[in-house]
Amino acid sequence: MSPLDLLMAAPLGFMAAALMLGPSGRWLILLAAPLMAGLALWLALLPPDAAYLVGQWDLPLGILLRADGVARLMILATALVIGAVGLHALAEPPEKPGHAAQAETFWPLVYLMWAGANAGFLTTDLFNLYVTLEMVSLAAVALAAMGSLAAALRYFMIALLGSLAYLLGVALTVARYDTVDVILLAQVAEADLATLLALGLMTAGLLIKAALFPMHGWLPPAHAAAPAPASALLSAIAVKLGFVILVRLWFEAFAAVTGPAALHVLGGLGAAAVIYGSIQAMRQDRLKPLVAYSTVAQVGYLFLAFPLVAGTVEPSGAWAGMTLHGVAHMLAKAAMFLAAGLMLKAVAGDRIADLGGLAQAMPLTVTAFGLAVVSLMGLPPSGGFTAKFLLLSAAIEQGAFLYAGVLVIGGLLAAVYLFRALSACFAPLAGAGPDTASRGPVTGGVQAVAPLALAGLAIVMGFAGTALVDVSAIEAPWATPTVIQPEAAP
Amino acid sequence: MMTFAPLLLVFLPLVAAGVSFALPERLSAWRNAANLGVAFTKLLVVAYLLNATEAGLVFEWRYEFLPGHDFVLRLDRLALLFVTLSVFLWLLTTIYAIAYFDRGPNLPRFFGFFNLCVLAATGVAMSGTAITFFLFYELLTLATWPLVAHKGDDKSLRAGRIYLSYTLAGSVAFLAGILWLQSLVGAIEFAAPPDLTGIPALTLTLIFILCIGGLGVKAAIFPLHGWLPEAMAAPAPVSALLHAVAVVKAGAFAIVRMIYDVYGIGTVAELGLGVPLAALASVTILYGSVRALMQSDLKKRLAYSTVSQVSYIILGASLIGPYAVIGGLVHLVHQGIMKITLFMCAGALANRMGIKAIADLDGAGRLMPVTMAAFSVGALGMIGLPPVAGFISKWYLGIGALQSDAAWVVAVLAGSSLLNAAYFLPLLYRAWLLPPPPDRPAIRELATTRDRMLILPAAVTALVALGAGIFASLPFSPLGWATLIAEGGYLR
Repeated sequence: MSPLDLLMAAPLGFMAAALMLGPSGRWLILLAAPLMAGLALWLALLPPDAAYLVGQWDLPLGILLRADGVARLMILATALVIGAVGLHALAEPPEKPGHAAQAETFWPLVYLMWAGANAGFLTTDLFNLYVTLEMVSLAAVALAAMGSLAAALRYFMIALLGSLAYLLGVALTVARYDTVDVILLAQVAEADLATLLALGLMTAGLLIKAALFPMHGWLPPAHAAAPAPASALLSAIAVKLGFVILVRLWFEAFAAVTGPAALHVLGGLGAAAVIYGSIQAMRQDRLKPLVAYSTVAQVGYLFLAFPLVAGTVEPSGAWAGMTLHGVAHMLAKAAMFLAAGLMLKAVAGDRIADLGGLAQAMPLTVTAFGLAVVSLMGLPPSGGFTAKFLLLSAAIEQGAFLYAGVLVIGGLLAAVYLFRALSACFAPLAGAGPDTASRGPVTGGVQAVAPLALAGLAIVMGFAGTALVDVSAIEAPWATPTVIQPEAAP
Repeated sequence: MMTFAPLLLVFLPLVAAGVSFALPERLSAWRNAANLGVAFTKLLVVAYLLNATEAGLVFEWRYEFLPGHDFVLRLDRLALLFVTLSVFLWLLTTIYAIAYFDRGPNLPRFFGFFNLCVLAATGVAMSGTAITFFLFYELLTLATWPLVAHKGDDKSLRAGRIYLSYTLAGSVAFLAGILWLQSLVGAIEFAAPPDLTGIPALTLTLIFILCIGGLGVKAAIFPLHGWLPEAMAAPAPVSALLHAVAVVKAGAFAIVRMIYDVYGIGTVAELGLGVPLAALASVTILYGSVRALMQSDLKKRLAYSTVSQVSYIILGASLIGPYAVIGGLVHLVHQGIMKITLFMCAGALANRMGIKAIADLDGAGRLMPVTMAAFSVGALGMIGLPPVAGFISKWYLGIGALQSDAAWVVAVLAGSSLLNAAYFLPLLYRAWLLPPPPDRPAIRELATTRDRMLILPAAVTALVALGAGIFASLPFSPLGWATLIAEGGYLR
């Protein structure tokens, strides 16, 4: 068993162990976090030509696992996010008063999502992708149910619809091409009705999972109600898998089929998501819905990048911008949800106006929130800035001024709503004069470390731009392959 | 040491920031020691750098930040002018801030961001590429926001909000302009100006407007100056710093870089962009002065005076003549020294006597003679009276205007000087010649070191402002250095 298999097998093992151990299963994260982080780091640092490690079986029978740049970065970010969220949840159990059983169910779900996400990022087989999509969705729905059953039920129905649409598309693809492998499809796909229908169905299903406007309806209620660690995982991991599968479909399997018009539809939806999500976020007066709508806006950038990647002969910049935006958003948004959870717990409310005095009472948490704000807004130095810089450069170079304008305005709108929350923390405690504005520290320092570490990583990403761009280009569909690709089936 | 020095100027404040954030308030003595120690060390580094750079050395450190885009810290003479100013004034402002706040809530945060701010300001000065510059310029925006909103009351939070909306909008315009230019000519290095031939004049003009418009927010060019008077809600050390060294100067400095190291004076003259910018700067100079005249609050009057004075730098840069360049560059330093004096005095007056409105100044000179003497030197310098440093700036700007066939600028300078006199002299008259009102509470004795440290920095900067005027002909005077910069390339 190679370490690559371990990336999927280990979380499943942890899930089984957590189920068996019951309440003491939560300590497993102390083992899982460093192990998975180590594996993910090993994967990221593999030489570029070692992208196909498993896959000795010939296509189309074998299952191909491919560690390309997108997979490496996503798996690394996933390991960091879930590791940090898990350690945070260890110190701050995600339960409502009177629902002690919830904390127990949290852990198996986390590992299920971890296994599903890692497998989904690595596999290139459309049917396997369906399975991983279901694993992640199932875990996500159950995590959302820890907060509000109604929101989770709504999420479940919509996610089910998305899965069905995707599965139908896969079935059509099998009927038309007799294969479900992305790499093989790339060689044979042609633009006929069946293909377009299949691609359309799969895309629609995945857009629901990725919560792209106007299919985002499930996201804000599910996020707003769930406990902070669950929200962090939903925003950081669950929506990203849908996005990565779409990347596999649009730029690889069906690259020959997707025309500029279709790409601009996705780009246009992305642009609309940025504007709509930002405006909705501005209108919220509660903190968690604000952060949730910020996810709607941030997902928009990922799809706004689609036409930018396709529209140039040298897409490495836009491609890296798209991928790094996903990674930076994972880190920063997870940090922001964890910090928001601590802040809301401290003030025992969820209104932004309640946050006064927190800058004194919990400086580390507010710092983490602030650093996450910097990255989400795309201000330097941060991963968010690096991504936005690359995307904006690509948009201006292609003369796509509409997209450039949305990138620019989206950053400003993000500043408006995120700084509103941040400056509320600096205001004096409501109902007290500035002299008496002090709250006792509500939580110890340990819980604050996880959001601070994640937000710090999002900032540090800003200094490692060159290395990250290089990794993102490994085995990218537009790059010259570094190894000979497996031969097509006769 | 060759590549190490610029990094040192970035890492030292980072260390001080880390220490300030980490130490709790009860260890404030250690925090103060760290801040002062770092500030002194930086001054030593700068002294070494001045010597080496004068001999012709250029310090540079680079790494590849993104493929094709280098992160470059480069200490040429222009960079060192700004670095020296900020490092020197930062030391004094640190002393002043320690005395001003003494002990209070939120000081770890304050000194932490204070140091990040100096890091950003020196970084702005040392940036060797447009992208590096943008990084530090934005860091400056972010690091100043908690300082502006420091008090946490409604007024400060509002000021912080306004400050952010102005500066972020400006940064976005600047970033768009820079990326547009980079999409045409590749990564922009200040040391090797891009080749702009073959780009349509209209495109270049639009990019210029985007960039200068974006940078003009921090430089408080009319009509983009609205945030500056609002930011007066911040504590006095912050105002001193915003006005003299950090934010407005970063904007002005960046405009100088744009004109001389990105476009080059030839292109700017060819496109006919110098005169409109000079006209806009002139409007700002006169507008700021008129508005200053209308204020009854001391800090607000000083704020509008800054709006007016910073545009002298832009005026000098946009006139494109040898003396005008020198006048603009030297004013970058002179205005900083004089304005920080005025703000530190205003803070001391408010702190020790509760004087905030101009009408309360009556008789202040008798009660706080050293403070008011320093204030008077700064005010006279702003008016442009010899031998204070401000005179040198105006003299060079005036001659420069005549050299560039822009005699109307002399009229602007004269008018501005008259207005400066009109809004500063009444203050001096009140402070020195009117008797104090009988109901004023007695002033505290200069009992503690802390009281003295509140006044000492202003006295030092006032002496420096005098010295910079009297000894202007010496090689390491601001004027001498500005001339060195101008001779080093901006006159060809």
